[in-house]
Amino acid sequence: MYVAVKGGERAIDNAHAFLAEARRGDPTVPELTVPQIREQMALAVARVMAEGSLYDADLAALAIKQARGDLIEAIFLIRAYRTTLPRFGSSRPVDTGTMAVVRRVSATFKDVPGGQVLGPTFDYTHRLLDFALAAEGAPPKAPKAETLGPMPRVGEHLDREGLIEPEPAPDPACAPPPPDLTRTPLELPAERALRLQALARGDEGFLLSLAYSSQRGYGRTHPFVGELRIGEVMVEVEIPELGLTIALGSITVTECETVNQFTGSKTQPAQFTRGYGLVMGHSERKAIAMSLVDRALRWQELGEESTGAPVQDAEFVLMHADNIQATGFLEHIKLPHYVDFQSELELVRRLRAAAHDHESKQVPEGQEAAE
Amino acid sequence: MSEQAPLLSVRELSKSYGARRGCADVSFDLWPGEVIGIVGESGSGKSTLLACMAGYLAPDAGAVVFDTRAEGPRDVLSMSEPERRMLARTDWAFVHQNPRDGLRMGVSAGANVGERLMAVGARHYGQIRAQAEDWLERVEIAAERIDERPRQFSGGMQQRLQIARNLVTGPRLVFMDEPTGGLDVSVQARLLDLMRGLVRQMGLSAVIVTHDLAVVRLLADRLMVMKDGLVVEEGLTDQVLDDPQHAYTQLLVSSVLQV
Amino acid sequence: MNDYNFAYLDEGTKRMIRRAILKAVAVPGYQVPFASREMPMPYGWGTGGVQVTAACLRPDDRLKVIDQGADDTTNAVSIRKFFQRTARVATTERTGDATIIQTRHRIPEAPLSEGQILVYQVPIPEPLRFLEPRETETRRMHALQEYGLMHLKLYEDIARHGEIATSYAYPVQVSGRYVMDPSPIPKFDNPKLSNCPALQLFGAGREQRIYAVPPYTQVISLDFEDHPFVATKAPHACDLCGDDGSYLDEVITDDAGRRMFICSDTDHCNSRRAAGHVGALTGDAA
Repeated sequence: MYVAVKGGERAIDNAHAFLAEARRGDPTVPELTVPQIREQMALAVARVMAEGSLYDADLAALAIKQARGDLIEAIFLIRAYRTTLPRFGSSRPVDTGTMAVVRRVSATFKDVPGGQVLGPTFDYTHRLLDFALAAEGAPPKAPKAETLGPMPRVGEHLDREGLIEPEPAPDPACAPPPPDLTRTPLELPAERALRLQALARGDEGFLLSLAYSSQRGYGRTHPFVGELRIGEVMVEVEIPELGLTIALGSITVTECETVNQFTGSKTQPAQFTRGYGLVMGHSERKAIAMSLVDRALRWQELGEESTGAPVQDAEFVLMHADNIQATGFLEHIKLPHYVDFQSELELVRRLRAAAHDHESKQVPEGQEAAE
Repeated sequence: MSEQAPLLSVRELSKSYGARRGCADVSFDLWPGEVIGIVGESGSGKSTLLACMAGYLAPDAGAVVFDTRAEGPRDVLSMSEPERRMLARTDWAFVHQNPRDGLRMGVSAGANVGERLMAVGARHYGQIRAQAEDWLERVEIAAERIDERPRQFSGGMQQRLQIARNLVTGPRLVFMDEPTGGLDVSVQARLLDLMRGLVRQMGLSAVIVTHDLAVVRLLADRLMVMKDGLVVEEGLTDQVLDDPQHAYTQLLVSSVLQV
Repeated sequence: MNDYNFAYLDEGTKRMIRRAILKAVAVPGYQVPFASREMPMPYGWGTGGVQVTAACLRPDDRLKVIDQGADDTTNAVSIRKFFQRTARVATTERTGDATIIQTRHRIPEAPLSEGQILVYQVPIPEPLRFLEPRETETRRMHALQEYGLMHLKLYEDIARHGEIATSYAYPVQVSGRYVMDPSPIPKFDNPKLSNCPALQLFGAGREQRIYAVPPYTQVISLDFEDHPFVATKAPHACDLCGDDGSYLDEVITDDAGRRMFICSDTDHCNSRRAAGHVGALTGDAA
């Protein structure tokens, strides 16, 4: 009778075995390999790397396999692994200006030096299910472009004319080494560097909805995508003891800079302002959303009014952006709470009994409710 | 608490917003039991002055000396935040123009009045409730409405509730920011009447900021007229209103007479 | 699991947590921010408690883990297993034998003693959170000891319900200074917080806070003079061991709505039964 919740060790072991079996699915269907996931579920892998804050495509693919394709669960696995890794130092800021670009578009200019490069995008695909993919077969070869030249960032063109605010100077409190959200507790108000860090590992869906809400008028900032670029950048570490800079390798990142309107003030002529998004891996929805949210959070610094919109509220955004925190707290309500519930049960019974006594003693007052 | 010292002594208070002057070099004394009115159009600096005195804004220069119960005259601006907050919930009171800024709309009228009592350590529910009932009656709100939320009250009642909430701890100094603004004329008259009664009964000192000369004529002993951040004229209320010296005051008085 | 350090966390992290614990002990009831790590179990499952336990554990400790008062609930089993695996410490279900007890939602019935550590898992450490959602504002309220809002809530409870309608996570004031959330223990357990010989540590992983009640510290449950705090429980005796002074679980036993009441503290109940105590449902058998 009373063993249901007090399941104990065997129930847990059995559940784990059942999970392993369910994960494998029908054994007559060939098992997925980690390289298959890494190569063919690349955008899922990118999301797990970005929100797991660990650039390792093989581990991310393994996590996706282990999590049965539940990306938040996979992110969680990566985070829990990452937290045990030793930390050697911080890299130099990556230079996205020297990016080996695979995709680069600007919405603000018809053409820009370096050109518009569509790259591997869904943008102009017709969303018709491609039944040919259900059968196996090699895709037709994509034509190769000639090597792309250097691509100065679009913001720099506006910068030269003074049309856009200069890149805000980094806060001295955030001088290298930069703050690390995973090593020091988030304290508010948070500097922009810390905010961007939190957004970069924040939940894509949460940022998407916040950014969308700002476009619909809840903290509107009139954004244009000044530039969106995806490609590989070099990660370098300085070793001051040896006076050396060592290249660790290259990683794929997605960078988005929005150009936003700003009316200016008496002392400042009208100027465009910037919102910034940088995400590990190929993840343009997230990078665009991040740049909108970043810009909306800068309202104070730019002398704008708060309309009370969620996207302008740094504490609200930063405290709720992390999907591992959110999902843990949300799902923990399925754990036993019967001790608390018991105390509530007794309280409600007592209050109801008291109300009942009270009613039966009093002459009914029909007027009270009507007022 | 000596009779000789002014309750509040403001010295050369200045505040600017960048190049724009908020208020400049304002000095005055407020004596126990005295009510001073500060009048002027919007943008004249009267609200800036009030916010600086009450601690909502940090002035650029000057002093706001208050005759504290425990330690005599002290510059409020150099107090620590805990001291200032303690003062704000004991000896000082602030009546906002919009009752929503001064009330907790989510809790009952009784809790609104009781909050200051609890904040200074009252821990007897029955006594807190009795005092709240007493104060509701004093501001002409029926005691049986004690468990209703302010939302269910009219604008005039909300304003009276705000006054009760402020006066329950027996403050010595009340700041009022356009206390009758946004109310109908008939409601204003009742509120003014009530405030005049309370000020006299309790021997309150008050600083009232308003653009409404009728309010100061009824409540204020003395008057300061502000224009562009400066005090252009001051004196006894009747004197200033009946025999204005400064051209701006003359304009202000004549415009109200025409209404 | 030899690839992980003793008790899972690396020594640097443990030192960081111990520093936070020391600060928490020095300022009873004050919520110390700490760089909570991502643990291999979800936030909400006790990551704060697990980190505090990991930072306190030594190889010769005897660990007890309870959830809802019981040693055999799934999450208690899971956490106990985690430390068995990562720290290979001895475990026990006997309250008196344990050196460290990690708990969720209960304080054991048996009095604790000097040298023991009770580690609470905390979901929301901020007692003012549901009155004021902003961290920036609640921290200021604590700093200035502005707790009027807390009593405002209690006032509203009485005005509406005739009594203080908080039955668990009942707010307390520690050592006359900080107002503290005792974690979601039933208010029945509140009196045990005060003047307790054991060290009580509270860990909130997701919210990144640690706080403490040092041994023999006064802990007062907030109330009004004319509506004093009352520790309540179901008005029954345990159907298994007959104790009428312990906190009870209510268990529905059939479709007709029949129910039984049994001790939520399994060790307490088992010990009493072993000593020969009987309840309404065990009387005949004994």
